Amino acid sequence: MTADKERLDRAIIAMRVAKELPPGASVNLGIGIPTLVSMFVADESIVFYHSESGVLNCGPLAEEGSEDIDLINAGGQFLQSVPGMAYFSSVDAFAMIRGGHVDVTVLGAHQVSATGDLANWMLPERGVGNIGGAMDLAAGAEKVIVAMEHNDRSGNSKIVEQCDYPLTGQGCVSLVVTDVAVMQPTAQGIVLLEVAPGWTPEDVQAVTDAQLIIPDTVAEYEV
Amino acid sequence: MTFTKLYDTAAAAVADVHNGATVLIGGVSRTGEPTALLAALHSHGAAGLTIVCDFSGWDGSDSIVKLAADGRIARIISPNPYPSASGDNLREVWNSAGVAIESVPQGTLAERLRAAGAGIGGVFVPVGLGTRFADGRETRTINGVECILESPLRADFALVRAASADTLGNLAYQGAQRGWNAVMATAARITITQADTVGEPGAIGPELVITPGIYVNRVVHIPPTGEQG
Repeated sequence: MTADKERLDRAIIAMRVAKELPPGASVNLGIGIPTLVSMFVADESIVFYHSESGVLNCGPLAEEGSEDIDLINAGGQFLQSVPGMAYFSSVDAFAMIRGGHVDVTVLGAHQVSATGDLANWMLPERGVGNIGGAMDLAAGAEKVIVAMEHNDRSGNSKIVEQCDYPLTGQGCVSLVVTDVAVMQPTAQGIVLLEVAPGWTPEDVQAVTDAQLIIPDTVAEYEV
Repeated sequence: MTFTKLYDTAAAAVADVHNGATVLIGGVSRTGEPTALLAALHSHGAAGLTIVCDFSGWDGSDSIVKLAADGRIARIISPNPYPSASGDNLREVWNSAGVAIESVPQGTLAERLRAAGAGIGGVFVPVGLGTRFADGRETRTINGVECILESPLRADFALVRAASADTLGNLAYQGAQRGWNAVMATAARITITQADTVGEPGAIGPELVITPGIYVNRVVHIPPTGEQG
């Protein structure tokens, strides 16, 4: 069993995801690990952040004491004002998403299936959840990256053959970055691309519900 | 006699909200929340309300919770009815007050409101396919993309917040206040605005008006009380 092997922390996951954002991309970051990604983008000025709260080109989180009640992100966190921002209504915020103008979204997840189905809005045992803008992002963003822990708090694999939690979107996830691996869901199944330092593909498989497709060479996770 | 949409008090502006009305509430978290209008609606006493609002980032602002706890709300339509910070508390409030909850994806809510405001019979939205939001819904494949038919969501009243207004109901917003307020202002039979400043016609340059006054029926001037974050 590989449960003892050291896993990467949330900041490292965010750093790895940051490498996936092409220069000039319009990017929407979800709540949790995804929010951390903006801290690790090499040159912040070349990625344009979109928020469902109706802000484009928004800056990093505001420092304590300088919060502006009228400048928040989708999670209600206060943002810094930076040159080049634009404000718009919710209609435009989601026109940008559904219309394919958002290049990349980074979301958290409860489960991702081998073929890229996403479940991230409701835990069945809780019985309720907030769909928010996740369904719009899953359907509309050009590329959906999931950043999450590989296993839940009880140790269950969050990479599954079939999601049994309520779905957010079908076949929408194109890359999954976790604390032990980087994987690519495809119509044929999920391909293991990279493993965390000290992990072998077999170690990753041992903590993964879905059958991994393991190519001849699997790179080491690099940030 | 000059024409004006200005009302003296929030209470006067919400006086005709009837039992069973559908009411849109603008704002997200404390940004753009029509606080004085919500307080007036609570004092007014209308019950059996259907409330449409977004609780994203909800941080304890309790106007809507108070309405529910006092038995005024029959139904809430929202993308985020259980905000993570207080999800379980609110769940108890909604349950014990018998509030029916209807979840709706954020972007779909925006389009349903826009359709209502624009007099459109519905919109085909490519969001939610293969999920429980598509169960039992009419779908159509358009240019190879499967879509769900969504109906307009028209309300009796909209309570919105603006940074500035003129007496003709032209509105401008500060920052992310615009989010839900701008679209909700278009989607109700009666739109009531709480504005931080109110001026004579011309106070907002015509190029800078975000919500043209044709959408707005009533304006109440409520100077902000320093409610900074």
